[in-house]
Amino acid sequence: MRSAPYLLCVPALVLFAGVVIVPLAMTVLLSFHDWGQYKGIEPVFILKNWQEVLGDSYFHEMFARTFRIAFFVTLLAAVFGAPEAYILNRMRSPWRGIFLLVILGPLLISVVARTLGWALLFGGNSGLVNKALMGLGLISAPLPFMFTETGVVIALAHVLMPYMVLAVWASLQRLDPQVENAAVALGAGPFTVLRRIVLPQVMPGILSGAVIVFALAASAFATPAIIGGRRLKVASTLAYDEFLNTLNWPLGAAVAVLLLLALVAIVWGANRLVERRYAQVFA
Amino acid sequence: MAFLELERLTKSFGAHNAVDGLTLGVEKGEFVALLGPSGCGKTTTLQMIAGFVEPTSGAIRLAGKDLLAIRPARRGLGIVFQSYALFPHMTVAENVGFGLEMQGVAAAERRTRVGETLDLVGLGAFASRFPRQMSGGQQQRVALARALVIRPQILLLDEPLSNLDAKLREGMQIELRQIQRTVGTTTILVTHDQAEAMALSDRIVVMNQGRAEQIGPPHEAYERPATPFVANFLGKTNLVDGNSVRPERISFAAFGLAGTVRTRIFQGNHWLYQVDTASGLVTVIRQNSGEAMPGEGDAVHLAWEGRA
Repeated sequence: MRSAPYLLCVPALVLFAGVVIVPLAMTVLLSFHDWGQYKGIEPVFILKNWQEVLGDSYFHEMFARTFRIAFFVTLLAAVFGAPEAYILNRMRSPWRGIFLLVILGPLLISVVARTLGWALLFGGNSGLVNKALMGLGLISAPLPFMFTETGVVIALAHVLMPYMVLAVWASLQRLDPQVENAAVALGAGPFTVLRRIVLPQVMPGILSGAVIVFALAASAFATPAIIGGRRLKVASTLAYDEFLNTLNWPLGAAVAVLLLLALVAIVWGANRLVERRYAQVFA
Repeated sequence: MAFLELERLTKSFGAHNAVDGLTLGVEKGEFVALLGPSGCGKTTTLQMIAGFVEPTSGAIRLAGKDLLAIRPARRGLGIVFQSYALFPHMTVAENVGFGLEMQGVAAAERRTRVGETLDLVGLGAFASRFPRQMSGGQQQRVALARALVIRPQILLLDEPLSNLDAKLREGMQIELRQIQRTVGTTTILVTHDQAEAMALSDRIVVMNQGRAEQIGPPHEAYERPATPFVANFLGKTNLVDGNSVRPERISFAAFGLAGTVRTRIFQGNHWLYQVDTASGLVTVIRQNSGEAMPGEGDAVHLAWEGRA
């Protein structure tokens, strides 16, 4: 029964092919079809959609914004998430659990509820933070948050922070606690220990966290849809609009496939970089 | 006045005293071992000298100066950790050079001293390796080089050989002893291995429940143990009629304490006997000189010096 292992794989393979490969292949095919306002989708093979997506500055702006937002979200998540993980790792028993829950909190709350919360805090004239700041006389006009890139970046960074914290935490737990003492005994101050000893060792964790956060931020839909709205489209909300509002499915498919290809290229490149850089040092 | 002085050093964790009023003087250039079972307070003592643990009370003085007033990073002690605690992202040369870099030693001099120290531990050819690419014994030497290169006032060794296999450990013991003699650094070794402590040190401090049971040269502690705990911890011992007798001091004779051999175990260079006597079970160790020895079930007589 040498074929048994292969036969046992069949159900999973069929499921995988059915729900991932086939729809993906159909989306790729769809991006080469033609579409007209009155004729609908025509199953022909043309490059019109791709020429439009790759040539039109409107789409360039959209993709540039998507990756700009993803970049700043990743940066923010790293700058806040890595120290957060370090502090979490040094906490003692009851506090560690409590704060881990606080950090994982965003994952437990529905995107819609969370984003509405952000809107209540920061939105327009009635937002709590703006009201308070204006009440204190610190600002004269409400700070813009809704429908701005800053707003989308902050909200997304909040949502995706747990992925960064967990990735860094995992690499911190592999750290020999004596290593920090060894550096101290050799005369290193606390800041030097962090910069020269701890940070380089958790860098692979930060980078793998960054890859996850970047990919999720670039393909996020709900948060940019609610906070960014129609005025501030990113690649995923653009594809959604093409599919469901304009009904230009082939163009939407081209946008979606391009986003996928760009993300795969970026994630793959980043992984190669991390592996090459750290292969020698870490098993 | 000794070079390093511990005075009534105490560390309490709640109601439990991990170290309980330990007083010890270590002379310059001396090799002292803190020996005891796990939980006896030897590691806590080392960590208090290093500055990673704050004493509850007592004093530590180094060359007459209050060591507790100095931050751990400024104490200038060389420490070899049980896990070696090498920096995995740095090469061997960078690991060893780190302490010199922290002291602000210029790059050229740093290179020279790192090279010299690596030669001392026999790793001159491994400067550009990463720790992961080295064996346990080699990593151990890197840790030793990293501690020695800063010319520490005191070298602290925390169970440095416990992660090595038996054969390698013996080799490293000899090497460690030679290196310590060469550089002449005052050294404190923490270990639970009595053979290691006796092989390496000028004096041993046998610790039990946070207290020093005996402080003295290894052979003295072995020959004249101050307490039953010391006698038992430093090798095997027999209690015969209230006297403590080492198994290798007992010989088979024509007359003496009568008994029957219960078990006989051959261990290469010696024989290990368990003999049933009127005074209880007695352990006897005899050198293997190639002669015929009593077998199991044989009637024997046991004699030793000092027995009437």
